[in-house]
Amino acid sequence: MQSRNIDKRFSDFAAPIMLAPYGVLFIVFIAVPVLIAIILSFTYFNTVKSPELVGLDNYVAILTQDEVFLKYVLPNTIKFSIMVGPVGYILQFLLAWALAQIPKTARTIFALIFYSPSMTSGVAMAVIWKVIFSGDQFGYINNLLLSMNLIEKPIQWLQSPEYLMNIMIIVTLWGSMGIGFLAMLGGILNIDPELYEAAYIDGVKNRFQEIIYITIPSVKPQMMFGAVMAIVNTFSTGAIGVQLTDSNPTPQYSGQLMLNHIEDYGFLRYDMGYAAALSTLLLLLIYCFSKLANKLFASKD
Amino acid sequence: MRYQGTKINPTRYDRSQLKFFIILSVLGVFMVLPIIYIISTAFKPMEELFAYPPRFFVRKPTFDNFRKLFEVVQSSGIPLSRYIFNSIMSSLTMVLTSVVISSMAAYILSKKKFRTKNLLFEINTLALMFVPAAVQIPRYLIIEKLGLIDTFAALVLPLLAMPVNVFLIKQFIDQVPNSLIESAYMDGANDFFVLFKIVMPIIMPALVTVAILAFQTSWNTPDPSSYYINDDAKKTFAFFMSAITTRISGNTVQGQGIASAASLILFIPNIVIYIIMQNKVINTMAYSGIK
Repeated sequence: MQSRNIDKRFSDFAAPIMLAPYGVLFIVFIAVPVLIAIILSFTYFNTVKSPELVGLDNYVAILTQDEVFLKYVLPNTIKFSIMVGPVGYILQFLLAWALAQIPKTARTIFALIFYSPSMTSGVAMAVIWKVIFSGDQFGYINNLLLSMNLIEKPIQWLQSPEYLMNIMIIVTLWGSMGIGFLAMLGGILNIDPELYEAAYIDGVKNRFQEIIYITIPSVKPQMMFGAVMAIVNTFSTGAIGVQLTDSNPTPQYSGQLMLNHIEDYGFLRYDMGYAAALSTLLLLLIYCFSKLANKLFASKD
Repeated sequence: MRYQGTKINPTRYDRSQLKFFIILSVLGVFMVLPIIYIISTAFKPMEELFAYPPRFFVRKPTFDNFRKLFEVVQSSGIPLSRYIFNSIMSSLTMVLTSVVISSMAAYILSKKKFRTKNLLFEINTLALMFVPAAVQIPRYLIIEKLGLIDTFAALVLPLLAMPVNVFLIKQFIDQVPNSLIESAYMDGANDFFVLFKIVMPIIMPALVTVAILAFQTSWNTPDPSSYYINDDAKKTFAFFMSAITTRISGNTVQGQGIASAASLILFIPNIVIYIIMQNKVINTMAYSGIK
């Protein structure tokens, strides 16, 4: 419902006062940091001497000389993002849809189960996953596989490059049913039931058609919100590899993501300009993905 | 009997729902096992932690791990209650302040008319994508320049501006009829009165949701403590939690009991608040759409 705006005459002095606290905090802790990151990305800055302008050097170095970035970080980030982003997102939608098909009491319980992992904090959970995937016979997965005679000796899950990335993806997917998932659930539950009845009269024959012609068009705005949340979640949970292996860089860079690379340069090597250039690239990447999602879900009006 | 199968949000159980129950149960078990594992491990006595083969469920539950957790903290000179007190204080400040400033901003962006209004809301929507971790370094520089290092404000201020909160509240205030607000103006009310006495009670579900999000943001994150606070006595429980898990990681089996006890303390407030408020949360999220 698009509403008419209230007459301007009434107490307009309040507007700036009410907007100011949020506005100031937004500028100081969101807008300015992004701006500083962009400016620093064009400098060499080692935190001791003041920043020195170097033009596009950092970006050129990232894209041409940074072997770790090109060989590991970028492919890892892409693989991780695709699995956690689109795949995780589709999973969220299907789960929300399936939840809408069952009665309320059962739905409430299942929603709680799916949502609760996202309320656990990353560090706390890393401890648990470390035990579950522990490299000796005390690890639950190893113990299970040993007792079923599927393997002969324990597997070093977290220290092996071939497993680490997949474990990171599973752990992140596990904790990804957050507010984006709840948004889609809320949206699907809010669809007018008459739409479905009308659709069946108009010749919709099965659940699949129902999803395509009714459900998705009706919850597009919530799906867009869910997509933005999924994208942010994907790029901000990069710390998981370091938490699982206790080392930055991760073994043979197998779990190295953009955020770890930024930390590596920013907090371990104190090359702030280079780290800022990586941050800027990351924000740009997130922006591009969101624009893409926007193209997919934009309501046509 | 009426066919309920193709209906979303059915009122009762029907055999056609069985396939959904099966799929959801299988996934649900995978999702819930790690959570049950934390609870179970937190109450395991030492011999069960070392047991081989490892057992998933606790046999003889004890509070040993919680006691050891208190001792570990005590030995560092700062009592656990201090960390928890810091967490509660910063989370409460965060929740109250964030709800008030987000509501005020959302009210203006929803009900006032000025030229840059749409632009401001679009900037806010764009900022939904903001990843704080990506600009950790500039944020540190700003906190330092403002002289906030080692202050209570550093625990709260950097987290306060949550674009998602303003976004959700604005979507709700949009639904409040203008006639209601206009008639309040006629009676001589000002904008603060209108917002706090008329609009906010109507949009309670949205405020509850936003409060939960603000609480989780503040309660779960170790970041402000680890980046902006040097004085141990001013750090939060989430930070202590991440510090203890790093410290004991060399000795996983022995430490996992203590770590689980700590994660449980960290996790319980989140889940209790969500369970109490869950109906309001899902209703609010229905209005979260980005158009």
